[in-house]
Amino acid sequence: MSVPADLDLRFRAAAARAGLLDAAYDVVESPVGRLLVATTGRGILRISFDADADAELERLARLTGPRVLRAPRAVDEVRRELDEYFERRRRAFDLQLDLRGVAAFARRVLGELAHVPYGRTATYGELAARVGNPRAARAVGTVMNRNPIPIVLPCHRVVGADGSLVGYGGGLERKEALLRLEGALLA
Amino acid sequence: MHPMAPPALPPFEAFYAEYAGVVLGFLRRRLGAQHAEDAFQETFLRALAAYGRLRHGEQLRAWVLTIARNVAVDAARRARESAEPPDLGREDARPAFAELRELTDGLPPKERAAVVLRYGYDLTYDQIAAALGSSPVAARQAASAGIRRLRRRSES
Repeated sequence: MSVPADLDLRFRAAAARAGLLDAAYDVVESPVGRLLVATTGRGILRISFDADADAELERLARLTGPRVLRAPRAVDEVRRELDEYFERRRRAFDLQLDLRGVAAFARRVLGELAHVPYGRTATYGELAARVGNPRAARAVGTVMNRNPIPIVLPCHRVVGADGSLVGYGGGLERKEALLRLEGALLA
Repeated sequence: MHPMAPPALPPFEAFYAEYAGVVLGFLRRRLGAQHAEDAFQETFLRALAAYGRLRHGEQLRAWVLTIARNVAVDAARRARESAEPPDLGREDARPAFAELRELTDGLPPKERAAVVLRYGYDLTYDQIAAALGSSPVAARQAASAGIRRLRRRSES
């Protein structure tokens, strides 16, 4: 027997409202594809491109606990800010971040990354220098590649010393699209 | 993984996706369509509240149907109290308590559920408490009381 959609949604909303979830998630449509967005009581935990939902839920459960449920209402705030960002009505996100599972060095790098302004770029080496380790450009690249909250933590704004895009966890096309959206790339 | 290791507890989403239809069908047969929806939500909220304490993914169907059965009993009681007799004529044809069913027939419902879940399904008292909407201590007491009652019955 299939569950009527309104009953299903009511349960999911009640579950989120009751504070019973370790993590809530939903799929958010965006100009760079479908994003699987996960949040917890602490803040936004994950944005995944091209997510294999089953594998992603297993990962979320290992990280936060097994009570992982799709709950669209719990993601409304993130969805609204993402929508505004993609409509060029928002240049910075006002979201709490849940960086559990992120190691100390990566946390420092992501902290610096958060300060790279909208529409601008920084190089891997510059970011490495800002965390006090100018020779760690490659390690910074690894942190960018594993960024758990892309777009909100703008790893798309980090480029090579020669200005080349180098790489992106979600694929170079998306990196280019995000930089164009922000007006960082001309033509 | 060791071949005898119990299945891992799936993310709640997967558990819900697998059993939501079964639970709704069960509740509709027990309570009728009108009361089934509230009971459905109550069942999965109770399951969610207890889910973090489960240690493996074994017997999840029996577990969630036991919760649903208890929610249905509560709902039927409330409905009786508000003088709106629910349709209890169509009992679920596939009870979860297959093995201990005859043996425990006639026990008070909570004692019966506790005995069957403890000795038929080998659930922990934490899990039983979650299923019954009570505490682990109360679950243990219900199981003990049920066993004592069965002993007295077999001795008389």
